[in-house]
Amino acid sequence: MIEFWQAIESILIKNSLVTAFAFIGLVVWISYALSSQVTRGKMHGSAIAIALGLLLAYIGGIVTGGKKGIADIECLAGIGILGGSMLRDFAIVATAFGVRLDEFLKTGLSGIVSLFTGVIVSFAIGALVAYAFGYRDAVSMTTIGGGAATYIVGPVTGTAIGASSDVIALSVAAGLVKSILVMTMTPFVAKWIGLDNPRSALIFGGLMGTTSGVAGGLAATDERLVPYGAMTATFYTGLGCLMGPSIIFIAIRALVG
Amino acid sequence: MAIYGTALLAFCLLTGLVVGKLIGMLVGIDDNVGGVGVAMLLLVVISGRLQSSGRMAKPTQSGVLFWSSIYIPIVVAMAASQNVLSAVSSGLLAIVAGTGAVVVCFALVPVISRLGQAVDTASFDETDIQ
Repeated sequence: MIEFWQAIESILIKNSLVTAFAFIGLVVWISYALSSQVTRGKMHGSAIAIALGLLLAYIGGIVTGGKKGIADIECLAGIGILGGSMLRDFAIVATAFGVRLDEFLKTGLSGIVSLFTGVIVSFAIGALVAYAFGYRDAVSMTTIGGGAATYIVGPVTGTAIGASSDVIALSVAAGLVKSILVMTMTPFVAKWIGLDNPRSALIFGGLMGTTSGVAGGLAATDERLVPYGAMTATFYTGLGCLMGPSIIFIAIRALVG
Repeated sequence: MAIYGTALLAFCLLTGLVVGKLIGMLVGIDDNVGGVGVAMLLLVVISGRLQSSGRMAKPTQSGVLFWSSIYIPIVVAMAASQNVLSAVSSGLLAIVAGTGAVVVCFALVPVISRLGQAVDTASFDETDIQ
């Protein structure tokens, strides 16, 4: 019996991307069945699928102790390729097919405003929380603030201004919490925050910034909003990495000395 | 042929990523600034031109549409390969910082939405006079 499983496993490992297609297909199928049977369509199938994906990632983390969720299980490594940045970005660009150019351009100014607001507000909140928890030096506050922007801005900022490795780890964790919350909570708050048109989706992307969070959150809410949110979110991490170690660090240092 | 559409998509993404990398180098950070956004604009402009001149055949379109339609499964795979364990067991500081940023930015979405509209209609709109 063990030999039989090993034979199957070796095929799954050898064809990891194909295995990922089959596995994710099954997850999506179960999710849409749950959506229509259990929630009677009240909860989007894609929202359930993303939640289920995160649950699987959690289980993968416990089983393997690795960092790539379920993709750390050898025969499911293909999920890491399918869900990696290469194919994700490829699919995000494809969602822009059929969008009219003026729909992007007419919200341009609000998009820029939302980007700057999103970066500054996230840094401010992260830094305040850091202060409240006893991290009262400008370097740690800025780094944790960067983490509240995205889990890339945090470590980039921290490395640039010389933060300690445990503070950098904290900033990555804060960014992960943000990304996962945006993925799961967006469909629930969409109605309250008016997230049902291209304009608000563009602003949403600029304010949230986390590419994975925005990609997942909008997919779970309404797939048609994806290109707009992704458009602004793609500039966020760059802007954060630019402002974090410079203007924002200087401002925080001026405040706390 | 479908490959024409997929190749167009690939061309747009690669060009966008190169431009994004250049912007990053220009402002002095080792990261891609807006590459995906540039790629999206490119695709919108190029495919729009091709479609309006009737040079975008159905099979070519399907080579793009397939990737757009497989977006959700890709996002599910992305969710399944996140470091959720680290986020869940990260301790209170990270959870409070991450949650705080999300809650406040959610709340700001309608604020900025309205702000822009007020500017857009800042003429003699009677409903704006209060």
